Amino acid sequence: MSVTIKSVHRTFKKSQEEDLIVLDDVNLHIKKEEFITIIGPSGCGKSTLLKIIAGLDRKFHGSILIGGQELTGPGIKQGFIFQEHRLFPWLTVEKNIAADLSLNDSEIRRKVDELIEIVRLKGFEKAYPRELSGGMAQRVAIARALLRNPDVLLLDEPFGALDAFTRTHLQDVLLDIWKKKKTTMILVTHDLDESIYLANRLVIMTPRPGRISQIIEIDMPYPRKKTDVRFQAIRQQVLTEFEKSELIH
Amino acid sequence: MSKARAAIVAGPQAAIKKARYSQNNTVWNTLFKRILIGIRGLILPVLILGIWQFVGSFYDVSDTLLPTPAAIFHSFLDLIFTGELWAHLKISIWRAAVGFGLGAGLGLLFGVIVGFSSRSEQVMDPTFQMLRTIPHLAVAPLFILWFGFGELSKVLLIAKGAFFPIYVNAFLGIRGVDSKLFEVARVLEFSRFHLITKLILPAAMPNILLGIRLSLGVAWLGLVVAELMGSSEGIGYMIMDARQFSNTDIVFVGIIIFAVVGKWTDSLVRVLEAKLLKWRDNFNGDDSSR
Repeated sequence: MSVTIKSVHRTFKKSQEEDLIVLDDVNLHIKKEEFITIIGPSGCGKSTLLKIIAGLDRKFHGSILIGGQELTGPGIKQGFIFQEHRLFPWLTVEKNIAADLSLNDSEIRRKVDELIEIVRLKGFEKAYPRELSGGMAQRVAIARALLRNPDVLLLDEPFGALDAFTRTHLQDVLLDIWKKKKTTMILVTHDLDESIYLANRLVIMTPRPGRISQIIEIDMPYPRKKTDVRFQAIRQQVLTEFEKSELIH
Repeated sequence: MSKARAAIVAGPQAAIKKARYSQNNTVWNTLFKRILIGIRGLILPVLILGIWQFVGSFYDVSDTLLPTPAAIFHSFLDLIFTGELWAHLKISIWRAAVGFGLGAGLGLLFGVIVGFSSRSEQVMDPTFQMLRTIPHLAVAPLFILWFGFGELSKVLLIAKGAFFPIYVNAFLGIRGVDSKLFEVARVLEFSRFHLITKLILPAAMPNILLGIRLSLGVAWLGLVVAELMGSSEGIGYMIMDARQFSNTDIVFVGIIIFAVVGKWTDSLVRVLEAKLLKWRDNFNGDDSSR
């Protein structure tokens, strides 16, 4: 499903008199089945933008259209993966994925089993979250969102707390899911390599006030190699863009 | 708790153990550990009983002041064989159970209601907190005046005590639910029903169970007050009656019965705890990593 962000403004009240502009006139059109990564330093409003698209933050000006429809609030059609896994600690892996849906329903059962297969967690169906590693828990969270067939999957620095090996592995899992499910993906990160590795288009945001400063098309075939010359060139391009914005501020 | 814990984490640990020892050895090991834990709990009581018996046998201590453990045990057997003990215990357990059921049930209900809405908190909580601080002994005469010497006043007195611990803890538990998980519930579009059954109640369960344990304890305390203030049967009555005739050994039997049944009911709740809260990953006091 396509996502359209139209002149979105968001301000936080800093004090009685002063307002902090977090997002200043953000416009972006995300095509169906596209993989977008949003990158920028902390405080550039990228997470806020994601929460707005999810419907979790309603105090903004402008409009969000998902598949041409005005966004009305949070829901299963905008799957959200938080920075922490946020699983229910009292439910096993399979019950966490099902959450409010019943595993006794054979259709749900089949889909849950299929998703456990996709996120590579076979054998851990009956484990509790405390028995899982950080990477495994985050994969359960992804499966939980996917079970609801989201139109768009929003990921807020989902691999930020994981070690480098697990992160690379999960990036591949995510690409795998994207290939299979054709879900529109919007991933927020501050990891440059991660954003180039995953994205069709890379959106660079700069802070104070949060703005989109550049959008870079990446038409390299998957799977991408981080040592590739073109990969490195794009890396350089993004870094130059950041340096420019540093000079302005 | 520790036994139950051992069973819960047995998964990965058992695998490691299997690699190290033979199957037979493992069984003996766990059995040995359990016996060791049991012995640890017995050290203090046995020591105290030994000294007590020694002092009673070799020094001149009046039986009305402090009967020896042997004498207490003797009258305990007597009470069992005459059937007197069981008759008293039966009625006491019935009172405690009904009083606890009534009090804890209402406590849980109101704790949940007040926990869910801040408006009902504003309306009801101040009143409950005021009532909470009133001691049993202060209202016991009123209860007798209103409800007579019969079972009703006793059951209500026990219920009054059992109400508050679970009320306070259920309320706390519900208010303590992680707001981050509420956000997840919003994203997953939980219905109000599922919000309660899948998120709030499980999250509040540790506190609710703690409340039940505390309520059970208070129910026993209420029982003693209720039976001491006037009754013709029950363990409390047995104690009162024995005191009047200076049968201190029977007083001790009654006290011990209270202690044992109290501990036993507490253990029941802990078994329930281990079952319902096996998802928890907390420090259990057994630092085996060292």
